[in-house]
Amino acid sequence: MSIRVQDPGLLTTVQDLGRYGYSHLGISSGGAADRLAMRIANLLVGNAENAATLEMTLAGARLEFDEKSVVALTGGECDCRIGGETAPMWQAVRVPPRGVLACGRMKTGARLYLAIRGGLEVRPIMASSSTNMAGHFGGLEGRGLRKGDLLGVGRGPNSRLPALKLGAVDGLYSPGPIRVTRGAQHDWFGPEAFDKLFSCLYTVSEQSNRSGLRLKGESISPRIRSQLLTEGVSLGAIQVPQDEQPIILFVDQQTTGGYPKIANVISADMHRVGQLRPREQVRFIEVAIPEAIRLLREQEEWLKQIFQR
Amino acid sequence: MKIVSASDSSLLAVLGDAMSLDNSERVMSLFFALQRLNDPRIRNLHPSYASILIDFDPLRLSHEDAASLVENLAGEGPPQYERAVNVVTIPVCYDLEFGPDLQEVANQARISTREVIRLHSSPTYRVHFLGFTPGFAYLGGLPEALHAPRLATPRKHVPAGTVAIAGSQAGVYPVDSPGGWRLIGRTPVRIFDPNATRPTRLEPGDLVKFSAIDRATFDVAVQR
Repeated sequence: MSIRVQDPGLLTTVQDLGRYGYSHLGISSGGAADRLAMRIANLLVGNAENAATLEMTLAGARLEFDEKSVVALTGGECDCRIGGETAPMWQAVRVPPRGVLACGRMKTGARLYLAIRGGLEVRPIMASSSTNMAGHFGGLEGRGLRKGDLLGVGRGPNSRLPALKLGAVDGLYSPGPIRVTRGAQHDWFGPEAFDKLFSCLYTVSEQSNRSGLRLKGESISPRIRSQLLTEGVSLGAIQVPQDEQPIILFVDQQTTGGYPKIANVISADMHRVGQLRPREQVRFIEVAIPEAIRLLREQEEWLKQIFQR
Repeated sequence: MKIVSASDSSLLAVLGDAMSLDNSERVMSLFFALQRLNDPRIRNLHPSYASILIDFDPLRLSHEDAASLVENLAGEGPPQYERAVNVVTIPVCYDLEFGPDLQEVANQARISTREVIRLHSSPTYRVHFLGFTPGFAYLGGLPEALHAPRLATPRKHVPAGTVAIAGSQAGVYPVDSPGGWRLIGRTPVRIFDPNATRPTRLEPGDLVKFSAIDRATFDVAVQR
C-alpha cells in the first residue's frame, strides 16, 4: 500500500513525536510542530500516537492512494477534498482505491497533519521517523516531499475507529496570549524589557520556519550587555539577539546558542506556536513554572477525555 | 555550580563562565555521570563550554528532584571520567581548492600556508561540545597564531567534510550547510553518518588530531 505525491504543497515532511537522546551530538528533537494535532490524527485512525504522519505547511499537498485507506486530517483549518468531495477534518475519513486527496491553502493556522491507518512506513533513524532537514536524514531522504515521491504505508489494525466528542477541539487554538516562563537569562533583562514583552504585540516574520520564529516589534534591550558563552538551548526559548528582535527557538532549533533567553514558551502552548502564520500577531503573558506544569498535566488529561466512549 | 530553570521542562547547570579546560572537564564529568544514569525521565542533555542543559519530562520528574539529582552527581568528588577518552585522528587535505581561506589565514598570521598547516595539525584538540548542525564538534586547542575572527558574511554553502577555524576554535563541517568559519582544508572521512551506530565521528570529550594528507591520498580515500 502506498501514497504517491502529485503535488507536495509548500513544505510537506514526514514527522513523528521526535528524536530524543541525541542533543549532545547536535541533533535536535525535531518532530511535529503541533504535536497535539498530530497525536489526535493518529488516535483517530487507530494508530499509536507516535506513528509517522505528514506535516503540511500553509498550502497542502495532493496525494494519490493506491488502495483503500483510512486517514485523518487535523491542525489548522484547511479545505481538503477527496475526489471532489469535502473531506471533514478531525475525524477518520475513508479514501477509495486510487482516490486523490487534495488539500488546499490553510485558512487558519500554519500546519495540517495527515495520519493514515497503519502509519507511514519510513525507516526510523535514531529511533525516529522525523525529517531532520539540517542533517539531511530521517523521513523521506531527509527532505521535504517532491512530486512523484512514493510513501509506503504500514498495515493498520482493524479496530473500531474512535470519534471525537462534539466540539472537543474547539478551544485547542485559543487566540489568547502565548504563555511563557522566565528564561535562563531573565536576570539579564530589566523591568522595561519584560514590560515590552508582555504588553506589546509581536508580528511573526516571513523568515520563520521550524528552526525558529522571528518576531518583529518593540525592541527588547538587555540591561547586561555582554557576550553570552554558547550554551544549550531549550525548546521554545525566546532569545534576544543583537538586533533586539526576539526569536522563538522551535522544534528544529540548533541545540546550542549564544544569545540571552528572556523567556520560554510553556510546553502546553507549544502546539499553538506550531500554528502561528507569517504576519500573524502574538502577545505573551507570564506564568510561573508550577502553573505551566499544571497546565501540561491538564492538557494530557484532556487528551484522554476528548474521544467518545 | 548554579542551577537555573531554563523552561518548564529543563534546567541549566552552570559550572563556570568561561571557555577553559577546567570548565570543560567539569562539564564532561557531570555529562558522563548523567548519561550513566540512563534515567528515562531525562530526554536530552546539551553540554557546552561551561554548562549543561538538562531537558526532562516535567510530568515524571519535578524541577526540585531534577536539581537535587544533578547536585548529587556534581558533588561526587573531583572531576574524572570513567569513560576511556577516544583519540580520533582526522586526515586533512589542505589543498587550496578545499581551503579557500588558507592563504588569507596565512597572510593575516604573517606566516606561510605550510606553517598554517603545520600549526593546525600539531596540537591535540578537545571536543568541548557539539552544536550548530548534527555532528558539528567545537574543538578547543587551536594555536594562538591561527586565531582569527569569523567571516563577516557567512557562506551559504560549505560542503560536508570541510575543515575550518574561527576564533580560538577548530571544527569540521559534518553536513552540507551554511557556515561563517574560515575554510582551510577537507577530510575524506565521513564526520556524520546517520545510519551508523555512532552517528557522529566526534563525541563530547573526545581528543582529536589532524594529520595532513596529499591530494592523491584524499582522492583515493574518497573513492573508497
